[in-house]
Amino acid sequence: MASETQAPVSSCVDAGGSAIGMPQLCGDWMGNQIFWLVVTLVVMFFILSKIALPRIAAVLAERQGRITNDIAAAEELRKKAQEAEAAYEKALAEAKAEAGRIVAEAKAEMQAEMDVEIAKADAEIAAQTAESEKKIVEIREGALEAVKEVAMDTAQDIVTAMGGKADAKSVTAAVNERMKG
Amino acid sequence: MASETHSGQGSGLEFHPMDQFIVKPLFGDGPVGMFTVTNVTLWMAISVLAVVLLLIVGTSRRAIVPSRSQSVAELAYGFVYKMIEDVAGKDGLKYFPYIMTLFMFVLFSNVLGLIPSAFTTTSHIAVTAVLAMGVFLTVTILGFVKNGAAFLGLFWVSSAPLALRPVLALIELISYFVRPVSHSIRLAGNMMAGHAVLKVFAGFAASALIAPFAIGAITAMYALELLVACVQAYVFTILTCVYLKDALHPSH
Repeated sequence: MASETQAPVSSCVDAGGSAIGMPQLCGDWMGNQIFWLVVTLVVMFFILSKIALPRIAAVLAERQGRITNDIAAAEELRKKAQEAEAAYEKALAEAKAEAGRIVAEAKAEMQAEMDVEIAKADAEIAAQTAESEKKIVEIREGALEAVKEVAMDTAQDIVTAMGGKADAKSVTAAVNERMKG
Repeated sequence: MASETHSGQGSGLEFHPMDQFIVKPLFGDGPVGMFTVTNVTLWMAISVLAVVLLLIVGTSRRAIVPSRSQSVAELAYGFVYKMIEDVAGKDGLKYFPYIMTLFMFVLFSNVLGLIPSAFTTTSHIAVTAVLAMGVFLTVTILGFVKNGAAFLGLFWVSSAPLALRPVLALIELISYFVRPVSHSIRLAGNMMAGHAVLKVFAGFAASALIAPFAIGAITAMYALELLVACVQAYVFTILTCVYLKDALHPSH
């Protein structure tokens, strides 16, 4: 660097400090280069083989292990989720079936109850109808009797008013005769 | 870089594209001896520091969900790990720290060298040759230790016709011994060429007339060099894996 103006210290450098020919072929420097190269390589080899490479290998192995573990854990969780889903589906199906059964049962029960009630109501209606009919017959008969009586009374009165002699027996016969007609 | 300043005093353009590769002592001006602390030392130390910063400080939280720096560290780890596994096979993973060291060193040296006024350690044949020879010797010794004489089967192409095999064996043998040369020169050459080209363009920028072009060219070259820095680190590492594969499974 500062040697430019001084006398050359090597046979490969001229007085100006410039190289004579190829510095690569200068024998003066080779020993120095080889020595420092060997030192460098030995140092670097030990740094790499003792510290750097084992450390990186450990990190990579750890990462690989972690990834493998995580994948296995994820697989397990997936399986669990699938199982849970299957269980849920099963429970749902069971609940649906149960609900269907309950609905059917309730329907059948209600139907039976309804049938009984309807039958009862029918019987009641029939009884009431029969009674009503009997009453109607009675009323009708009662009415006929009353008409006959009124007719006889009226007839007797009319006969009496006409100046005839009303004989109860013939009036009755006459009324009966008329009413049949 | 500092040596550029004195050329400015001259008349216009002067190029010293190779000055950036000069090895200088960090303290004082003495000659560069074997153990002198030089700019090589500085930039290699910076690359170690950068590796520590990324791979140790960056991962210090050991988070399950990584931070940015931890992500990058893990990415680098996974990148090299996968490369070895794919190319050399499972039994190559035993040498992972060694290959990771090479990759991180080359990558950081290349990329840090692109910082303006930095010194690129991997642009020197001396450095890459040591790296390549290290790989070559390791792989060759490993091949013989693991497979014994069967390692020589690497050169005996049993799928070829018998008459051709001696010829092929010779070619294979030559190509095997050329490996460290190509392995080292490829890296150093790429680094040196790119940096020298950048420097030449930078020299052109001293002239006002072509400065816009030169600066544009520097920008483009810089992007390319960034790519080259990463690609060369990758190439160096994957070739190491290929050679390792040959040592572990020598059959063709």
